[in-house]
Amino acid sequence: MTPAEIRDEILDILSEIAPDEDLSTIDDTKSFREQLEMDSMDFLDIVMELRKRHRVQIPDTEYGNLASMGSTVTYLEPKMRDIVNA
Amino acid sequence: MNAVDRTSQLPDDQRVVITGIGLTSPNGHSLEMFRESLLEGKSGVRKYNIRYVGDTLAGVCEFETTKYQSKRDMRRGTRAGTVGIWAASEAIHRSGLDWPNVDNSRVGIYIGVTEHGNVETENEIYSIKAYDYDTTYWSHHHNPRTVANNPAGEIALNMGITGPHYTIGAACAAGNAGIIQGVQMLRLKECDLAIAGGVSESIHTFGIFASFKSQGALAWHEDPTKASRPFDLSRNGIVVAEGACLYTLERLSDAKARSANIIAEIVSYAINTDATDFVLPNPERQAQCLQMALDRGGLTPDRIDIVSTHATGTISGDSQECIALRNVFQGCENLRFNNTKSFIGHAMGAAGALELAGNLPAFQDRVCHATINVDNLDPECALPGLVINQPQELPRVDYILNNSFGMLGINSVVIVRRF
Repeated sequence: MTPAEIRDEILDILSEIAPDEDLSTIDDTKSFREQLEMDSMDFLDIVMELRKRHRVQIPDTEYGNLASMGSTVTYLEPKMRDIVNA
Repeated sequence: MNAVDRTSQLPDDQRVVITGIGLTSPNGHSLEMFRESLLEGKSGVRKYNIRYVGDTLAGVCEFETTKYQSKRDMRRGTRAGTVGIWAASEAIHRSGLDWPNVDNSRVGIYIGVTEHGNVETENEIYSIKAYDYDTTYWSHHHNPRTVANNPAGEIALNMGITGPHYTIGAACAAGNAGIIQGVQMLRLKECDLAIAGGVSESIHTFGIFASFKSQGALAWHEDPTKASRPFDLSRNGIVVAEGACLYTLERLSDAKARSANIIAEIVSYAINTDATDFVLPNPERQAQCLQMALDRGGLTPDRIDIVSTHATGTISGDSQECIALRNVFQGCENLRFNNTKSFIGHAMGAAGALELAGNLPAFQDRVCHATINVDNLDPECALPGLVINQPQELPRVDYILNNSFGMLGINSVVIVRRF
C-alpha cells in the first residue's frame, strides 16, 4: 500500500469508529484528539481494526505513533508497504 | 373515585406516582402508538433470522435510534443501552420535568433485565472464529458492554445522571422488579426521581431462541402475527421480543409541588419465589404473591378492574397462571383479564413494564384491550372475564394489577390506581 492508500484505509477505519464526525476536513498535521471526539478506547479500535484487516501488529509501547494522521501514515508505511490493496 | 386503600392513607412523601412513560415496543415506539396497536389488534411479531438458529419469529422494535444517541455511542454500547436510552429520554421528555434544572445527583436509574451479556459474548466468539479463536482479536469493548449494569450505565452516561444506577436481574419478572426498586428507593429518599422499568435486547442472542427451541417452547406459526397465542389450545411457545419501557417515578409530594401530570399511583407490589423448579411455575406461590400484593395495598380482589396476565404462550405456564388467578379472584364478576404478549411476544426484561404501560390509558378511556389470537380457548385457561380478541369497554377502571413471572420461580405483582 502506498502512503495515500494507507491514509484512505485509516479514514475508512475512522468512519466506522467515529461515524458522527466529518472526516473530510482532517488536518494531517494536527492530532486526532484535537479534531475528533476520540478517547483511548477509540485508539484501541484503530489498533484492532489494523490487526483484523491486515494482520498489522502494533505494540502498546508504540501506540503514541497514532496521534495524528501524518504520524500514523509515517509509522505504518514500512509495516504496510508490502500489503496489496484488495 | 372513592379511593380507600392503604397507600392512599400514607403521607404524600411515601406515595409514589408515575409522571412519565417512555417506551419502544414491537408495535409502537410511544405510549400512544402502542395503545392504538393494542386496541386495533395490531401485532408486532414478524419473520426474523438469527445466526445458527436460522428462520424464526421475533418482536422487533423500530424507532429513531439517533434521536437521543450518537452513532459512535451506539457502536460502542449495546442494544439494551440503546433501547434504554430511548425509553429514558422519552419518559423524561414526557414527564414535563425541567430537565436541565433537575439535580442529576438525585436521579436514580433502576432497570430490570432478564439477562445481559449474552448478545455481546456471542458476537465476540463469532468474530474471533475468523481468526482461529485467537483471543487477541477479542474486543476491548467487551467488558463495558457486558457488565451487568450496562443498560442503566449507558443511560446515566447519555443523560449525565450521577445518582445511583444499576440493573435488577429478575428473569421475566424484571420489568416489575425495576418499578418496585424505584418505588422503594423513592420511599427511602435514596433519590428524588426514579427512572425505572425494564429493557430487553434478547432477540439478538441466538442462545435464547436455541434454548427455548430445545425446551420445546419456541413459538412457530406460518403467519407471524398469530404465533404468540396465550390461552389458545394450539399455542406452541414463546415469541422472543426486544423492547424497553421506563417510567419517571416521583413521590406524590414532589409531583404535586411541580403540578405534574400524574398518570397513576403505584399502590402495592409483591415479589416472592416458588423454590420448586428451575422452569416450571408454581401456581400456589403465584397466588400467594397476588394475595400479598392485595393485602399490602389493603385491597380485596374485587377492587381490581383489570389483570394484565403474564401468560407467555407455553402449554404449562398459561394454565398454571390461570389456576393462581382463579384461586385469588374467584367470584370477582366485574374483573377483566387481558394479555399483551399476544401482540408483541415476550419482551423479557421489558415485558412487565411494557404490559403495565399498555393498560394505563384504560384509566382514561375505560377500555380493556384484548388478548388476541384466541381461536379455540383452552378450557384450562377459560377465565371468566378474559377479554378475547376484541377490546371491551368497562364501567370503571380504578385499579390495574400487573403479573410478571420468571424462571427460577420468581413471581412479581404490581398494582396501580387511577389518580
